[in-house]
Amino acid sequence: MTEASATPLLEARNIVKVFGALRANDDVNLTIMPGEIHAFLGENGAGKSTLVKMIYGALQPTSGQFFWKGRHVIPASPSVARHLGIGMVFQHFSLFDSLTVAENIALAMPGPHDIAALSDRISKVSASYGLPISPTAIVGDLSVGERQRIEIIRCLLQEPQLLIMDEPTSVLTPQEADQLFVVLKRLASEGCSVLYISHRLEEVKALCDTATILRHGKVVAHVDPRKETAASLARLMVGGDIHAIKPRVSAARGGEATPRLELRHLSLPADGAFGVALKDVSLSVAAGEVVAIAGVAGNGQGEFFDAVSGERPVAADMMLLDGVALGQASITARRKAGAAFVPEERLGHGAVPTMTLSLNMILSRHAVDPALVSAGVLKPEGARVAAERIIKTFDVRKGKPDPEARALSGGNLQKYVVGRELELKPKLLVINQPTWGVDAGAAAAIRQALIDLAVSGSAVLVISQDLDEIFEIADRIAVISRGQLSEARPAQEMTREEIGLLMAGAHEDRKGAAHHAA
Amino acid sequence: MRLEKRPERSAAMALASPFIALALTIVTAAIIFALRGNNPLAALYVYFIEPLTALWSVEQLLVKASPLILIGAGLSVCYRANVWNIGAEGQLTAGAILAGAVPVFFPAWQSPLVLLVMVALGVLGGMMWAAIPAFLRNRFSANEILTSLMLVYVVQLLLDYLVRGPWRDPQGFNFPKSVTFEGWQLLPYLTSGIHLGVLIAFIVALVLGYVVSRTLKGYEITVTGLSTRAARFSGFSEKRTVMFCMLLSGGLAGLAGAFEISSVVGQLQPQISPGYGFAAIIVAFLGRLNPVGVIFAGLLLALSYIGGEAVQTALQIPDKITRVIQGILLFYILACDTLITYRIVSPASRAAAAAGA
Amino acid sequence: MELLLTLLTIIMTAATPLLLAALGEMVTERSGVLNLGVEGMMVMGAVAGFGAAFMTGNPWLGVLASIVAGMAMSLLFGFLTLTLLANQVATGLALTLLGLGLSALMGESFVGQPGVKLPSLAGVDPLVPFSLAMVAATGWFLFRTKMGLIIRAVGNSHASAHALGYNVIAVRYLCVLFGGAMSGLAGGYLSLFYTPQWVENMTAGRGWIALALVVFASWLPLRILAGAYLFGTISILSFVLQAQGLGIPSQFLSSLPYLGTILALVVISGNKALTRRNTPASLGQPFVPDR
Repeated sequence: MTEASATPLLEARNIVKVFGALRANDDVNLTIMPGEIHAFLGENGAGKSTLVKMIYGALQPTSGQFFWKGRHVIPASPSVARHLGIGMVFQHFSLFDSLTVAENIALAMPGPHDIAALSDRISKVSASYGLPISPTAIVGDLSVGERQRIEIIRCLLQEPQLLIMDEPTSVLTPQEADQLFVVLKRLASEGCSVLYISHRLEEVKALCDTATILRHGKVVAHVDPRKETAASLARLMVGGDIHAIKPRVSAARGGEATPRLELRHLSLPADGAFGVALKDVSLSVAAGEVVAIAGVAGNGQGEFFDAVSGERPVAADMMLLDGVALGQASITARRKAGAAFVPEERLGHGAVPTMTLSLNMILSRHAVDPALVSAGVLKPEGARVAAERIIKTFDVRKGKPDPEARALSGGNLQKYVVGRELELKPKLLVINQPTWGVDAGAAAAIRQALIDLAVSGSAVLVISQDLDEIFEIADRIAVISRGQLSEARPAQEMTREEIGLLMAGAHEDRKGAAHHAA
Repeated sequence: MRLEKRPERSAAMALASPFIALALTIVTAAIIFALRGNNPLAALYVYFIEPLTALWSVEQLLVKASPLILIGAGLSVCYRANVWNIGAEGQLTAGAILAGAVPVFFPAWQSPLVLLVMVALGVLGGMMWAAIPAFLRNRFSANEILTSLMLVYVVQLLLDYLVRGPWRDPQGFNFPKSVTFEGWQLLPYLTSGIHLGVLIAFIVALVLGYVVSRTLKGYEITVTGLSTRAARFSGFSEKRTVMFCMLLSGGLAGLAGAFEISSVVGQLQPQISPGYGFAAIIVAFLGRLNPVGVIFAGLLLALSYIGGEAVQTALQIPDKITRVIQGILLFYILACDTLITYRIVSPASRAAAAAGA
Repeated sequence: MELLLTLLTIIMTAATPLLLAALGEMVTERSGVLNLGVEGMMVMGAVAGFGAAFMTGNPWLGVLASIVAGMAMSLLFGFLTLTLLANQVATGLALTLLGLGLSALMGESFVGQPGVKLPSLAGVDPLVPFSLAMVAATGWFLFRTKMGLIIRAVGNSHASAHALGYNVIAVRYLCVLFGGAMSGLAGGYLSLFYTPQWVENMTAGRGWIALALVVFASWLPLRILAGAYLFGTISILSFVLQAQGLGIPSQFLSSLPYLGTILALVVISGNKALTRRNTPASLGQPFVPDR
């Protein structure tokens, strides 16, 4: 409490929010002073998003009160919150792909409907804050960073006194994040408070004046982040020391003539209206190493996974496994050749949400595990036993013996889906965002399992947005940007700054760069 | 009052839902009868109970149920995969036309082979007619709901043309009908009222029930319907599933068409089905999109046809009431199915839960 | 010249029910709801319109009754799909099956009765200019007003619209009701003007053709106008060819609109560039608010 004498801009008192059996917020208190950048720290699932949604009126508290400039208020809906002077930039943007930038912004603006006048205001604000955007562009065609700009401009046009940012940098390159911090600091200097939600400790230390830390729905501390260390903040956030990853025993590699996985000039046209095309991607992964692909979301990671897994076949010699051309082969044929895959989406891609865990066992194993299917006939008992084994080995927590996949928490389902593939000891594992939305304990377990798999002689290809994770597990790093892949280089030779520049497209060909500028 | 998603699908509600829907339908039917000035209890008895009290009408029930079960079993597999074939009426007609061509062109041919050829051609006709929307969806992403339905009108007009024109029975006093089938052009009867097609319908439904619940093919179909993305991850091709489901359901509808003209109808005429292809949509949903459940649903819908005829004869209530009751039944079943995935919560019980937690 | 004018009048008459129903369904689908029950709402509009006009002798009351009947049917659809979150495809089919059955039962006593025809104003049926005005009105409403923008936003992403504080369910109810009113009116047009009498199943698949028109027009009002008149021409063409006595069996000519519909769907659906921007992304998906 640096300014105890002044009236707080916003106060949340004794907020409780219950979802079914879960107490997402348990007696939470939060005080935001005018003009401060206030960090709201916590792990995934700690209840940060729940509280800010209540401040913004998108959810209603089960009990508790909000005070705005000392006055009791009830943010019954987002429009009430906006009227008070609260703006919010969501982690998952609330944008409409098929509408223009101006139309998107108009949807959040009160008053008469005049797209032309609004477009002028958008251009002015975007120029004044250094957030370039064209009002007539269709949102679906824009990059993630550009979409975030729309959200920010949408808030700024309403001249808010409190701006809520929900994990804004998770979709930005380090350089884009730095630009964002400049904008936020300028806003704070103009008197606008910022509530900054994050689990990234370094940026909170660099940006924020004060921090409230949440764990399992409860406030565990109010601190000045500039006086803390990253480790002390992490302890507060997780409640104990994070399980450290065992040091790597460098696996034998380099002696082999053919790499385990080889991608040769792989190209793939964009899928759907707003997809990204892959352009001339080349990469090799040897047995015993972990290669990571870094990049900001929406730069072709999904397409890359589809091409490598065989969900979308490519020309035969674009993808080789142990020297055998498999580009044309189906995902089933690639599995038979010893590959395994874990997609980014757990629900609805890696697992069928409304099917039981044991039936989900069959999803990726029907062609390679005779204990589950023989001669085209399912073996439910075999599937049940296999599921039980995974659940035990990977410590999957669940409510009943064989629940539906959607009944599990994100972390537990991820452990199950990863376990389902790891158990087969694949020659090659391709995994997209291995720990996205997973709690710290499960994330550490999954990363350890990936390293162990590589040590045992498999090739592991990880696609991730999380640089901390990449530096923790990768032997070599490549960066994907607009469907183009940089050369993979040893992790110890690379810095965050270099990777950031590559994420922004430093390695792209001239044509792509010109397109970017236009 | 509002709905809240259950953490898991409720197995109990999935079983109870059709019964709740049936009960609500009966209540609604009673109200309609009462509004028309009939004694509702008497009308309900004539409609739902009386047909079950005589052997001949039970036999008739089984005969009427057989096309509904055949088509409904095929459609239940289709809808599981999110493939919306609503043109079964047309596939039935196409099957009947192709099967009927045999006696029309070779009226004197008599051998067990005739029946086999007719049945095979019936299946082929239905498959061919169903392959069109499947191909158009796979190749051009044309909506199969609309294309399969449009093809119903087209093939019905084709049948109309045939029986009024080239295929008309020359000795038929200018009636729009083909020659009357006889001998091996007709299905053998197991009892006085039940033909072979009834037995085959039950067997087909049971076999499909096994395929759906116990085989990899059934798993493929179910996964495709629940999540196309997960199906692709699993290595299942959506296009292959679309074609398989359409050919299966079309073939079964065509088989039903061949059975109808070689038993109950006994010839080709402009109308060969009282809307079995559409009623089978209701059968599929009422049977929980499960071929075994379809057997019971098919019997119930057959009862609604016979009951409709019964109230018309006994109480002078138009048999159009049948289609109203069928429509209402489908509405209730869809409404009740909500309770499988959702539960109703009142604000009071929520507050109590919050206080208790 | 006179022949051309006559021909144009006939085409307009044949196209108007398709145009009305398709415009209504377009607005419904723009909000993200797929109501496959157009045929059922239309046929209920036809029987209610005929009945009200027949019993009161006033065709305008018939028009009103057809609108109310269409809206009542769409309300039933809305309750199941929006409130009870039932599958939209199945519920739409149910609405059609129920509508065909219920209209047949209700219209039992109207069969063969003389109808009350809607009077022409200055030589044209009043619903023809009305349908043309509705093309302009829906276009202006959807693309020039805030409410139209909200509808398109809800149809594109109901989650985002909800996050911005819009009442997704309420918007969708309104759009479903509008679709019902227009479909009912289209049915009333058939039984009050086109062929002023009641015949069972008299819509003869027009509701389904209207549904196809919406896809064909990639959810744009002007293209719906073009599509409806194209189909009007095809169905008139079959009459003209029959009258010419070219020896083509009438059944083949009657099947032209259905075959034309399939052809149109194939041509348009295969063209991703045409459908890409306008297809409502959340079409057919149920919305469950998480509050």
